[in-house]
Amino acid sequence: MEYNDMELMICLASRYLEDNSIVVVGTGAPCAAAMLAQKMNSPRLMIMFEAGGIGPMLPSMPISVGDSRTFYRGLAASSMPEVMETCQRGLVDYTFLGGAQIDQYGNINSTMIGDDHEKPKVRFPGSGGANDLASLCWKTMMITPQDPQRFTEKIDFITSPGYLTGPGAREKAGLPKDSGPYKVITNLCVIGFDEETKRMKVESTHPGIEKQKIIDNTGFELLWADDLTISEPPSPEELKCLREEVDPYKYIIGRA
Amino acid sequence: MENFSKYKEERTVTYKPTGTGKLYTDPDAEKAREYFRDKKPRKMVEKASTVEKVVKEMIHDGDYIGIGGFGANRTPVSVLHEMLRQGKKNLGLAGHTATHDFQILVAGNCINRCDSAYIVGLEARGLSKIARKAVESGAVELCEHTNASLTWRYKAAAMGLSFMPVRCMLGTDTEKHSNAVEMECPFTGAKYLAVPALYPDVGIIHVHRADVYGNCQIDGIMIADQDLARAAKRLIITTERFVPNEYIRRDPSKTVIPYYLVDAVIEVPFGGYPGNMAYEYFSDEEHLKAWLKAEKDPDEFKEFLQRHIYGVKNFNEYLDTIGGMSRLQELRIQENLIEK
Repeated sequence: MEYNDMELMICLASRYLEDNSIVVVGTGAPCAAAMLAQKMNSPRLMIMFEAGGIGPMLPSMPISVGDSRTFYRGLAASSMPEVMETCQRGLVDYTFLGGAQIDQYGNINSTMIGDDHEKPKVRFPGSGGANDLASLCWKTMMITPQDPQRFTEKIDFITSPGYLTGPGAREKAGLPKDSGPYKVITNLCVIGFDEETKRMKVESTHPGIEKQKIIDNTGFELLWADDLTISEPPSPEELKCLREEVDPYKYIIGRA
Repeated sequence: MENFSKYKEERTVTYKPTGTGKLYTDPDAEKAREYFRDKKPRKMVEKASTVEKVVKEMIHDGDYIGIGGFGANRTPVSVLHEMLRQGKKNLGLAGHTATHDFQILVAGNCINRCDSAYIVGLEARGLSKIARKAVESGAVELCEHTNASLTWRYKAAAMGLSFMPVRCMLGTDTEKHSNAVEMECPFTGAKYLAVPALYPDVGIIHVHRADVYGNCQIDGIMIADQDLARAAKRLIITTERFVPNEYIRRDPSKTVIPYYLVDAVIEVPFGGYPGNMAYEYFSDEEHLKAWLKAEKDPDEFKEFLQRHIYGVKNFNEYLDTIGGMSRLQELRIQENLIEK
């Protein structure tokens, strides 16, 4: 079956969300991945939104992480401190982030381009809840297109922490131990993080994607897994569910 | 029984002000106590007012304000519009997922400083050109924060304290451009970030129902409003509808903001428009899109603001400009038939 990049990334991401775990998501592709996971293999995946929505039966894609869909027929309509403190207590397993730039340690910039904070060349929204989720959830994932401007050696601003400067840096900074970036799912490959160096390590390349294309689209040196595989493409069941139930109006999958 | 006496050893605790950002509000809990003692109403009296009057009398140029809701969800839009009409200037803002609210205040050149967690964007709807320009030009000075850190700054204030230790922002440029201080836990020695309590001069919150004394009930998520209501020195409430006091007493478990926190309460039907008001009406995506589009051309935007804000007397007249009751009814249907 044919599929586009966005459909592939959402399907791959959804498979990492285990049943009976908790994920905090935003709008867009991460929300689609969580909804798909619930409908496929993880029916008891608990979805939370940072403004307070807990365990909704999502009728459709929220347009804001605080709109009424985020607690539609939910288990609880709580508050931002409730969700953020649940993260800080160590109960939230997964989260998803996005950003304009990412470095080899998974540090993310969603604040600004330029070198003067007082007069940025381009200003983006900033952290929102991203820094909090990257700091406090156990495993952070990213769904993002891959190009050398985005995957860059030095990002202009570390909005949200990855492994900062490498092994031990998160703990030294005071961040909760054993937390940090987990997977980066791009239009070209799935990237994990090397145990020793905490640097990005490609785990699987997508069907039809040459290694060189991945290298050309990355602004730093990638590590490669010894057991590098080909990413398992979306199944017809996943695609059917994604297209008919999760995102029938193609708000997300139509963006590819 | 495990012995935890190791946590009570004498130690020197260090504090390191790692954030270069400014403090825009006073975190002093003693001063806050004095203010609350002297200025907050203990007596349950009628506080019904009008938007024009509260903006005139309770919001002063230079004040620091906190806005309830979440960007374009349960946002007190009527008060923001009136601030533009009255030409409020040099305000500070807690940018706790500030989306359409930030956009409105920037359109009126009302703010010049902001504790920013989320600004200049409207989530999935895209970025606001005028809001970006206001920040990129330096017209609005920023102190970086995060949604959790601002929430917890409100919470510290709501608790009557001067700071809160948190575990976010650590190790990042967000920390470097915040006004936080690195510290050690006096018991465990763990590294924490101390964020200063945030006591805004004015809090503005839109709720589902309130009585004339200011006892308020909110349906759906609270976001950070239970703490903002307690942290604010002056608190303005707009409510979808007034209810009799006996209605509040019928289910006191729903009362999240009791009267003694509130300084004024105004009935503003559809007061969260064009945002989403849970169980009442969905956001008007067409109107929000029209805002973003109009911003791209200065002349068109001037005309847009004239049509919807400066050229109307009040919020009811604004609602007439967007299609009045017919449009609002569509949004109500959309909210309540949410499956569509």
